[in-house]
Amino acid sequence: MTGLSEQLGEWLADFTVQEDAEPWLQEIRAAAFMRFVELGFPTTHDEEWRFTNVAPIARTNFRNILSPASAIPNAARKYLAKYASSLDQPFVALNTAFLNGVTVHQVPAGAVVEQPIEINHHVARQPGPPAVHPRALIVVGADAHCTIVESYSGEGRYFTNAVTEIVAGDRSVIDHYKIQRESPDAFHIATLAAQLGRSSNFTTHAISLGGALVRNDVNVVMSEGTEATLNGLYIVNGTQHVDNHTSIDHAKPHGTSHELYKGILDGRASAVFNGRVIVRKDAQKTDSKQTNKNLVLSDDAVIDTKPELQILADDVRCTHGATIGQLDAESLFYMQSRGIGKEQARRLLTYAFAQDVIDRIQVADLREQLEKFLFEKFHEHAH
Amino acid sequence: MALLEIKDLHATVGDREILKGIDLTVQAGEVHAIMGPNGSGKSTLAQVLAGRELYTVTGGSVTYLGKDLLELSPEDRARAGIFLAFQYPVEIPGVSNMYFLKAALNTVRKSQGLEELDAFDFLTLVRDKMTLMNMDQTLLNRPVNTGFSGGEKKRNEIFQMAVLEPKLAVLDETDSGLDIDALKLVAHGVNTLRSPERSMIVVTHYQRLLDYIVPDFVHVLSGGRIVKSGGKELALELEKEGYAGLGIEDEDEVVSV
Repeated sequence: MTGLSEQLGEWLADFTVQEDAEPWLQEIRAAAFMRFVELGFPTTHDEEWRFTNVAPIARTNFRNILSPASAIPNAARKYLAKYASSLDQPFVALNTAFLNGVTVHQVPAGAVVEQPIEINHHVARQPGPPAVHPRALIVVGADAHCTIVESYSGEGRYFTNAVTEIVAGDRSVIDHYKIQRESPDAFHIATLAAQLGRSSNFTTHAISLGGALVRNDVNVVMSEGTEATLNGLYIVNGTQHVDNHTSIDHAKPHGTSHELYKGILDGRASAVFNGRVIVRKDAQKTDSKQTNKNLVLSDDAVIDTKPELQILADDVRCTHGATIGQLDAESLFYMQSRGIGKEQARRLLTYAFAQDVIDRIQVADLREQLEKFLFEKFHEHAH
Repeated sequence: MALLEIKDLHATVGDREILKGIDLTVQAGEVHAIMGPNGSGKSTLAQVLAGRELYTVTGGSVTYLGKDLLELSPEDRARAGIFLAFQYPVEIPGVSNMYFLKAALNTVRKSQGLEELDAFDFLTLVRDKMTLMNMDQTLLNRPVNTGFSGGEKKRNEIFQMAVLEPKLAVLDETDSGLDIDALKLVAHGVNTLRSPERSMIVVTHYQRLLDYIVPDFVHVLSGGRIVKSGGKELALELEKEGYAGLGIEDEDEVVSV
């Protein structure tokens, strides 16, 4: 038999030993698994996965660990698996096939939730290696305000395959964070799918610090007058690989999207940024700005950055820009000429590069935590 | 012992020789003006003294307090008391002026065996010096030189000098781009810092700055060499006669860095 069916065989075995869920859920699972079997793991021949080779995941015989079953409220059922698509995304299909427990948060219309909604996933060291499929569904009612903080961490070798779906009601205001600090040996694939209502305001921050092989997909679909802000920061070293694919679908007129992704690459690390912006035919007056900036600290680090604009409307403003650079020699000399050592100057400038993404973090605790983490990281790095 | 002794200094950028044998001795407390047309090597000399790697010293020597200056890294020169006021101060977004200057002061203090200052002591120290340069304290919280006007940048350079208290200050065209009020303010700051222990090399294109910072010596640089030296009256002579009066043409070879 082919290698592919061998790879799928292990997943099939794990899939079939799962206890059946309630019929409505089992139906979703089964359809997703069928789709996963049809799609298989992506290869670098797939345009969406050109620079990210998931063979190390496909080759590993993981032990699937299901999230504990949770009651899924009736009101939330109609949203589950409607936005993250199993049809063309194999890892979403795989997550959905092993869907058991779902973290569900429903924010009632008009509510203002001050305290951040925290969703923490930690994979403890265990034999296996384990594969986990965290799933979250957040339904925010019209005019509601909330903050969501997802964080991922763990020990040893494992595979996190996460899917989060967010449904933003009309005029809702959502500030979302995903802090990825997986172990250095972990695989991390995550998809965020957000369906944004009329005049809603959605901000998401993707902070990628850990993991050996990381892929983040952020897919947002806008309505009329929606404002979406996508911020990202990735810091990679050693042989880490992180791939950020974003897609902003301006489906309706008067939408605004701002995107700022920044990366710091060192060692033999590699990173990918692919920013798709779709402006549909009737999405007139769309205003979209995309920026990807990369600071490359070593000769062996590699970055592939690509804007992907599909503009079908004619009265729009869409800009994009990408930069890849080293630390500025003049800035280094200026600092040195004031007595600051070269290594300290490099650290300060590296830290400063990440500063504007960190500054956009509204949750004070989180911002301070990250500032401290980064400060220590660059401090260690210099010695 | 002279504070600074430059002998037959040659320096290149790429394969072009810019300094072609500079000789200059600066004693403690002296103020030397270096004048010269564009492309004469004034700024190169200033940058070579501060240790800019862009330039390669191909011959001669620079002795500072009896030691070989050229062997020191830029940061070690700063720690030993050399300060360069940049012609074009560099903007550093993301690093606050306060953090930058405190880090600088503390590394300099540490190398001199002094205790590092905490934020409170640092603020106490800089408050007077900000007043001296007529600088608003909010500038401390802004990123280094980012969004500063030309005048603010130059004042910030002299403010940094006042905080770091160097033994040898090299001012590279600190007057360029300043209106007369800003020029007076900068000159006042510099004059306040004059002392028998502090020497200065003031690099300038025009004589005007020297009305406010009166030098002990004036040197005219042309073609990478000092072609004429004298007292402060040499600057006045240059004002009347121009460089052409000395038989010097503007050199077009302006080095871009």
